[in-house]
Amino acid sequence: MTEQSAIMDRQGGLMGRLSDALWRKPGLLIFLLILPPALWLGIIYLGSLFALLAQSFFSVDEFSGLIQYEFTLKTYRELLRPSNFDIIIRTVVMAAAVTLGAAIIGFPVAYYAARYARGKWRAIFYLGVMLPLWSSYLVKVYSWKLILAKEGILNWLFETLRLGWLLNAYLAIPVIGGNSLSVSTTGTFLVFLYVWLPFMILPIQASLERVPLSMLEASGDLGARPAQTFRHVLLPLALPGVIAGSIFTFSLTLGDYIVPQIIGSSRRFIGQAVYAYQGTAGNIPLAAAFAVVPILLMAVYLWIAKRQGAFDAL
Amino acid sequence: MPSAIRFSGVSRHYGNVKAVDGVDMDIAEGEFFAMLGPSGSGKTTSLRLIAGFEQPTAGDIHIFGHVAQGLPPYKRNVNTVFQDYALFPHLNVRDNVAYGLMVAGQAKAERYRSAERALDMVALGGYGDRKPSALSGGQRQRVALARALVNEPKALLLDEPLGALDLKLREQMQEELKSLQRSLGITFIFVTHDQGEALSMADRVAVFNEGRIVQTGTPEDIYYRPEVPFVADFVGSSNVLPPEIMRDIRGVDAYGALRPEAVRRCDAGHDAWVRNVSFLGASTRVSMQVHGVAMTMLLPRGAEIPAVGSTIQVCWQQDDLHVMSR
Repeated sequence: MTEQSAIMDRQGGLMGRLSDALWRKPGLLIFLLILPPALWLGIIYLGSLFALLAQSFFSVDEFSGLIQYEFTLKTYRELLRPSNFDIIIRTVVMAAAVTLGAAIIGFPVAYYAARYARGKWRAIFYLGVMLPLWSSYLVKVYSWKLILAKEGILNWLFETLRLGWLLNAYLAIPVIGGNSLSVSTTGTFLVFLYVWLPFMILPIQASLERVPLSMLEASGDLGARPAQTFRHVLLPLALPGVIAGSIFTFSLTLGDYIVPQIIGSSRRFIGQAVYAYQGTAGNIPLAAAFAVVPILLMAVYLWIAKRQGAFDAL
Repeated sequence: MPSAIRFSGVSRHYGNVKAVDGVDMDIAEGEFFAMLGPSGSGKTTSLRLIAGFEQPTAGDIHIFGHVAQGLPPYKRNVNTVFQDYALFPHLNVRDNVAYGLMVAGQAKAERYRSAERALDMVALGGYGDRKPSALSGGQRQRVALARALVNEPKALLLDEPLGALDLKLREQMQEELKSLQRSLGITFIFVTHDQGEALSMADRVAVFNEGRIVQTGTPEDIYYRPEVPFVADFVGSSNVLPPEIMRDIRGVDAYGALRPEAVRRCDAGHDAWVRNVSFLGASTRVSMQVHGVAMTMLLPRGAEIPAVGSTIQVCWQQDDLHVMSR
């Protein structure tokens, strides 16, 4: 036997030498793995985003309709015009309502899944939450149009229960009502709530799974009623999950332009405004300025959440 | 002495699993009471029944004279120190300790004063601003203790509170818990699987096995006068002699218990075949085969150590061979 018998013979070939080199320099491996996604995110995604945002500092000449490539805040002033500002307010209120609704509906579901669902029920829970995500978004929205339509099942249900008057009274309320649910702001809200709900449930469930049962027992042991345990222990510990979920529901609602176009009144949302201005209207600067609004809103929202200690339990 | 906690035929079954099965016990006010047993013996479930985290499937529980079943944990004036401490990670030490007073509606200044006093009592004064994650295991343990005691419970429940600490800290905390209990004078109920801990700290010990209490008594009772082979084996690590052998050497039809330190070498006694010898420091443990039964002997320092595989003679005092009642 030779002296080198304690060490295996080198695996020959290019791949062998490459493996050895990467083993000796783990940093190189990380660099090679990170490079493609970094290029993708950095150049293609962030780059085009900033290119779009830069457009918002240009303006459109009112007579010729041509874009003037000069720095100006004129476009942002245009955002504050009542007709445009209404769109922003409407969208923000809708996003906040959808987020709040999703949190209220999603929390008990997530709590059940995290605390009680085991084995088969756990599988059924995941299937139930994820299944709607498997089918096309458009299919879901159009099926909701059928559900909410005047000839739809919801109307039929109210009529059958002899509660048609109640639905009609509700639809008579200005702003949130309309001719039928499918052309009302309430309809838009319901469909938003449905399509974004899984994005709220899953993060809350993940954060609740990390709360040990003894934490809740300790709270009760120290004299806290269930409502106090929820307020002082469960909610603070689940808050990072709720915030994560609300980032999804809030930003997805802020940017969506398909749901309000198919279901709801003719009053526009930010997404529709962006779509309209960058398309037929050819007003790229105003479209870009509208696109900046959700980004700013999310930044402010996260900043407030952080200030309020929402991420302290992380 | 008046009764603090009384169990009358208490059972907690989960389907076919009998976690607690017909337990009777009476814990006196001001007592340091240990519930000792291997894991799955029902001791922790019994503690959880007292705290109110579990409800009995049969039997009655009285806490300071009041019927306890059906009462939620937040309506019982007992507090628990959890095995994992269960400190709230989002609150600092002061708010953790003051939690019970906060949910009871006490004003901030007042409850912070009480929390500071409780922290002083466990030698953690000045730690109020820290988060639990910034504390060591022993410090967390003390915070959990202060958080429970600040509510002035009539009984303190401790679920393996020293299990996560290293040996030195554990011995120190044992003494501190004992002196704390003496100075406060409240009932301590302590769950442990460590017989040494139970014997050294408790006024009385209940030994659990398979959901039942097999013996209750003072540490001396449990150690010197085990009533059943399980107690002799689990608590005293005594040699258990089966009835067949007891008939020959003692003339009684019962199990016998013989502590290893009571066995010694002699010139004419019982034949013992030496299987193994382990050096323990202060003494040497000899594993042997006597009358076909495995037996251990503890030899003091300086005694002659037998060779493994040899046959020696061993004796014991007649009084040291304890005859078990069951």
